[in-house]
Parts: sequence; structure tokens; C-alpha cells
Amino acid sequence: MIPELGQIALIIALMLAGLQGILPLIGAHRGDSAMMQVARPAAVAQFGFVAVAFGILTTAFVTNDFTLEYVATNSNTALPVMFRVAAVWGAHEGSMLLWILILSIWTVAVAVGSKSLPEHVAARVIGVLGLLSVGTLAFTLFTSNPFLRLDLAPIDGRDLNPLLQDPALVIHPPMLYVGYVGLSVAFAFAIAAMLSGELDRQWARWTRPWTTAAWLFLTLGIALGSWWAYYELGWGGWWFWDPVENASFMPWLAATALFHSLAVTETRGLFKSWTLLLAIMAFSLSLLGTFLVRSGVLVSVHAFASDPTRGYFILGFLFVVITSALALYAWRAPSLDTQAGFEPTARETFLLLNNVLLVVAATLILIGTLYPLIIEHLGLGKVSVGPDVFELVFIIPMLPLTFLIGLGMHSSWRTGNLAAVWRRYRWIALGSVALAVVTPWVLYGKLMLMTVVGITAGIWVILASLVEPARAVFGKTRITRAQIGMHLAHLGVGLFTVGATVVSSFGLEADRAVRNGESLAISGYEFTFDGLSDGVGPNYTARRGAFTVTRDGREVAQLRPEKRSYTTQVSEMTEAGIHATLARDLFVAMGDDLGDGAWSVRVQYKPMIRLIWLGALIMAFGGLVAMTDARYRVAKRKAVATPVTAEA
Amino acid sequence: MRYAVPLIVFAILSVVLVVGIGKDPTRIPSPLLDQPVPQFSLRTLAQPEREVTDQDLRGEPALLNVWGSWCVNCSREHDFLTQVAQQMPVYGLNWNDEPDAARRWLARLGNPYRFSAHDVDGRVAIDLGVYGAPETFLLDGNGTIVFKHVGELNPDVWSRDFEPRIAQLRQ
Repeated sequence: MIPELGQIALIIALMLAGLQGILPLIGAHRGDSAMMQVARPAAVAQFGFVAVAFGILTTAFVTNDFTLEYVATNSNTALPVMFRVAAVWGAHEGSMLLWILILSIWTVAVAVGSKSLPEHVAARVIGVLGLLSVGTLAFTLFTSNPFLRLDLAPIDGRDLNPLLQDPALVIHPPMLYVGYVGLSVAFAFAIAAMLSGELDRQWARWTRPWTTAAWLFLTLGIALGSWWAYYELGWGGWWFWDPVENASFMPWLAATALFHSLAVTETRGLFKSWTLLLAIMAFSLSLLGTFLVRSGVLVSVHAFASDPTRGYFILGFLFVVITSALALYAWRAPSLDTQAGFEPTARETFLLLNNVLLVVAATLILIGTLYPLIIEHLGLGKVSVGPDVFELVFIIPMLPLTFLIGLGMHSSWRTGNLAAVWRRYRWIALGSVALAVVTPWVLYGKLMLMTVVGITAGIWVILASLVEPARAVFGKTRITRAQIGMHLAHLGVGLFTVGATVVSSFGLEADRAVRNGESLAISGYEFTFDGLSDGVGPNYTARRGAFTVTRDGREVAQLRPEKRSYTTQVSEMTEAGIHATLARDLFVAMGDDLGDGAWSVRVQYKPMIRLIWLGALIMAFGGLVAMTDARYRVAKRKAVATPVTAEA
Repeated sequence: MRYAVPLIVFAILSVVLVVGIGKDPTRIPSPLLDQPVPQFSLRTLAQPEREVTDQDLRGEPALLNVWGSWCVNCSREHDFLTQVAQQMPVYGLNWNDEPDAARRWLARLGNPYRFSAHDVDGRVAIDLGVYGAPETFLLDGNGTIVFKHVGELNPDVWSRDFEPRIAQLRQ
């Protein structure tokens, strides 16, 4: 009976979303205050019913209610409770429900946090979010209902995919979804601006912190996913350019471009139509990511063939959302744009370049991701776009961008001061080149052109981001939170660049068969295999290897890689043994039992790989600092006293 | 006009996609249609000492189902395939799989196959033009391929694509 209540709650939520989507938009158009006032209560009530449905599905998982097909397919009585909860979003139907829940949470956040907005702006933003809820709720109810019952309930469930049974994967999807869905807020603001025909600097000031918030969750989500892939998939790589990863990375690139463009719109009132287009693009790409790629519709023709209604619904929804947004853009954007001059070396130019390069990167990755799918759908055979291609099309726009960061962040608005910036920072620039040549030479005894270029770019950005904060610390200049945030985020970019360059240039790996007592050496570290022991987990059995790592005869680490056999899903998982410091990771993964006491083993030495995730964390933290800048809070406080008029 | 460029680009992209999806990729005509099943000689999963060949598929209309224990959609279609096996012979081609894992899988989900030939090196799958599991071939009594379905077998596909052809074969 209770699961049926969950379904009823979803139906009520759908109706409330309809109210929330239609009445406020009509009200804002007509200037009817009563209709606009429906927005907030409808949004809050919709959230309530979605939360009830989500809670009921979660309860069904925790209590092993295998009468639900979705629970029976994705859980098991032996599954630990933490993973039973995570199994809620372990497959398509539950992920949809999570998506909807997060959308309604963002909507409530906007409803509560938008007290300072003029009524018609808030009504339109919440209305647009309501329409998005209508689409996703209808999709879930009609094609992906997680509350479907089985005629014959199995005694036990088929268990969660063992790949997903990992603490990082418990929080990775929600984090990523918060980011994906958060971009809907920027999208709703863009639509609201185009509907009302009002887009001023105040609008950018409202939109900016929401965009930054979504971006920071997206950053964390992507970093978590990359970290998980590194230690769980057993290959030791940290980015594979597969469609699912690209699906999260493209909206990230677009969102990064968006908040840089918003900076221009807020400060100078320029780039308006471009900002609108980026807001539409960022959200469209995140829809593409969640619906097309994650649902498997485009990745696997089989999934599509087994349930064509699902595929057509998704495509229809995407088509309606993107087409109506772009049509509105074609119609309204021309009247919103303002022209104003700026010199070719002003900060505006750097931000424009930033936008162009980021969009080029996102577009190339989009083409690389969709191309094989389109070719396949047209029946022209199978092609695949390899990681080398993606790396190349990524590095070509991104490397120049990294060099530009250091100059752009110190350039002034409107009039360029490139000569002054260069005078001030040339020693830092030369120092970065010197460090980039000397460091790899001393540490790794090797030099390659691309390595030097990459490390130079990274060190240049790191040093350039430290100058202003350092001056502020010594009281020579004042710095706002937004500026601190920007410098921090760029520091993260620099650390990431150094880490990615060093690990791809100097990382080493060896695959070897070892027997008890044998050892193998890599980059001065000696890994000795001390034998195997057996372990038992809640729903798996494990063979645990013991390795001692020594360097120059001294023990550095004990590593315990595992090979797990999951009982219900009959699949094997590799848990790598990793010893991490900032300077390097030592990584051991067990391969196959070769018989005769011999095991194939993969050993890796990964210098500075931690900087990749540390860099991402610092970027996200920079976003957090920037979005709490005083001007976003002051605007709110002032607004409570005197309602903000349209012009700032 | 330049503001309409994104809309136009998107419209073109959509048309391409819709045209592509309109063609159901699972119904690509296989060059093997109306051709005999390629010759093979393989061991079965259940009795590794027993050798089976393409000749063993002849006699009456039958299904040849390509599967693997690693294949998610294979377990999804398994119940339905088991029902079908009560109406006509179903043979398996176990592809790209560990024999032990495959046997465990059959023990767990039940075995609808008269036999499952273990395609050790994937040769037969290549000869058959398999590009993913599951795939199901409909054969007539002479071992000629009448129809090929890519992807999960389910009641819809069955009544749309298989039943009319089987009725014809049995006339």
C-alpha cells in the first residue's frame, strides 16, 4: 500500500508543478499579483510531495521491499544499509526521482532566497522551474515509474551493481545532480529576462551566485567521479573521456564560461546576449548529459530498442525545452544587447577569449561524443573517438587559456593595461619557465617540450594567483571576497595543470606476474608480494594481497589490494591498494590468479596525481568564497528595507 | 539574424538525429539474411567433451540466441526466452565468456537452451556478424537465417517480428 502512496504523491506533485509552471507566468505577463503569488507556495508544496515519494522509495530499499521491481533489480538483503540508500539512485528510475527531488530543492531555495527580487522576476523564474518539473515528473510517471510492483516478488533482490558499492559513489551522483540541476536556475533566470525584456546589471548580480553554486557542486561531483574511477576501476587512470564523463564535463565548461561572462554583464553591462546563450547552453548540455547519456538511450541501441517510448519522450522533452529557449532567444535577445567599447587589451577581451576557448572545447568534446552515436544511428557502422583525440582537442584551446588566466586576472576593465601588467609580472613569468625546466630535470631526470609548456602554464597561474592575496595579507592592497574566490579558483586551475602534466609525463606502470616473496621495482620503489589472505564482506568474498613497499631498503608503505567476488551479481571487483602523498601515489592492483601461486599485478607510480583533485577542491572552494561576497548579501539586506527597483 | 543562428544549428542537428532514430538500428538488414548459418564446430557448455556443429541446428524452425553471463540485457530477456523455449527449440551461442561464469549463470537463472555452444575465440560470432549481446537469429528447418533481432527479446518484438515469420515457416 505504501509504495502506491509514493506514486500518488508524485501525481499530486505533477499537478502542483503544473500550477507552479502556468499561473505565475500568466500572472507575470498580465501583471496579476494574485496569480504570481501562487509561485512560492506551489513550489514548496511540490517539494513536499516529491520528498514524500523519495522517502517512500528509500524506505522500500532500506526495508527490502522486493515487491517493487526497481528494488528487486537493484538491491539485496545482504547489501549494507548505506548502499541500500545509495541504490535508490543506482539505476535509471531512481536517478530520475533524485533529479526531480533536487530540482524541487533548488526551486525552494530560489523561492526562499528570492525575497529581494521584484515579484514578476521571482514569479517567472519559479514558473520556468515549474515547467521543467512538469516535464521530468511526467517522464518519470509515464515511462520510468520506480513504484511498479512485481506479480511475484522474489525472495531476494539481484543486488546493486558492485561497481557502485563504494562510499564515493554514494555521494558522487547526488553531488553531480545538484550541479546539473542547479544550472536550471541560471536557465530560468535567462528565460525570465527574455520574457520580461529586462536584462540589466542587477539581473547578472542575481544570477551569478546561483550559477557559481551549481558550478561548485558540478566541480566537486566531477572530481569525486574521477577519484573513484582512479581507485576503483583498477586501471589507475583518472579520466577516460567516456560519454558519461564527457556528459558531466561539457556543462562544466559551459558553466565556467557562463559565470565569466556574467562577470562582464554585472560589471560592465556587456555580453548580455552571449550570457543568455551560455545559460541556455549550459543547462541544455546538462539535460543532454542526464537524459541522453546517463539513461543509456544513445549509448546503447539496445536500451533504446527495448523501450522506445522512453527514448522518444526524452528526445521530445529535450527538443521542446531547447527549441523554445533558442526561439525565445532569437526573438528577444536582439533588443536586449547593449554595445559599448573596450580596448583590445582590457579585461573584457580576456573574458571574451576565455568564453570562446571554453565553448570551443565544449563543442569539440560534444562533437567527439555524439559523432559515433550519430554514425551508428544512421546505420553507417561503428566508429569510436579515442582518448588521444579528446586530449588533443582539449589541450589546443585549454593550454592558451591557462596562459591567459595570469594576464586576464590582473588586467583592468575598459582600458587595457597590458604593458603595466607585463612589467609587473614578467619576473614571475620568467620564473615559471625556469621552474618548469629545472623541477622535472631535478625530480625526474627527463625533459620534454610539452611537459615544460604544461608545467610553465601551471606554475605561472599558481604564482600569478598568489600575488594579489599576498599583497593583501601584507596590507598593501584591499581585496574583496569575490576577488579572493577568483584567485583561489585560479590557483586550483594551476595546481590541476601541474598535476595533470606531471602525472601524464612521468607516471610509470608495470604489469608483472609475481609469486609469494617475489618483488618488482618501479621508479626506485620495490614492491614485495608477501602473500594472500582471504576476507569476507557482507555480500562478497575477497582475496587480499599483502605488499611491502621499500625504497633504498627502508619500508615506505604496506599495501592491501583486494580482489572481491560479489556473490549475487557474480562479478569480480578490484580494490586497489594505494599509498598517497602530495608528491606521489604508489598503486597496486591485483589482476588474475595465474595458478601455481602466481598473480598478475599492476604496479603504478603516479607523481603529483593528488594535485589534480586538490586543484579541483580548491576551485570549488574558490567558488564558495566568491558567492558569499558582501555585495550579494548587502543587496539582499538593502532590499528588505527598500524594494529594489529595476535599475541598479 | 545572427541571434537565430543557434536555433538554426539546433534545428539541423535535431533533423539529423530524428532521421537517424527513425531508422530502427536494430533492424539493419543483415547481409547474412537468407544465407545458411556459417559453418562451425564448437564444444557445448554443459558437456565440454560434446562437439556440436551448424548441422545440429537443422530439423525444424529454431532460434539461435547469442548471450554472455556479463550481458545485462541477456538476463533481462531470459525469462521470456525460457517461455519461448517451450514452443520451439532455442540454441545458445555463449560468446566472449568464461565457461565457469556462464555455467553458474545458467544454474542461477535456468537453462532454456537445447545446448549452448561455447564460442571460445569469438570466431563464430564474427562470422555471424554479431555486434553485441543479446542477438537472436530465427532459422528455418534448413538452417537458413530468416531474421535477426539485435537487443533484448520481449513480447512486443516477438509478436511483431517473430510470430508472423514463424507461422509462415510452419505452413
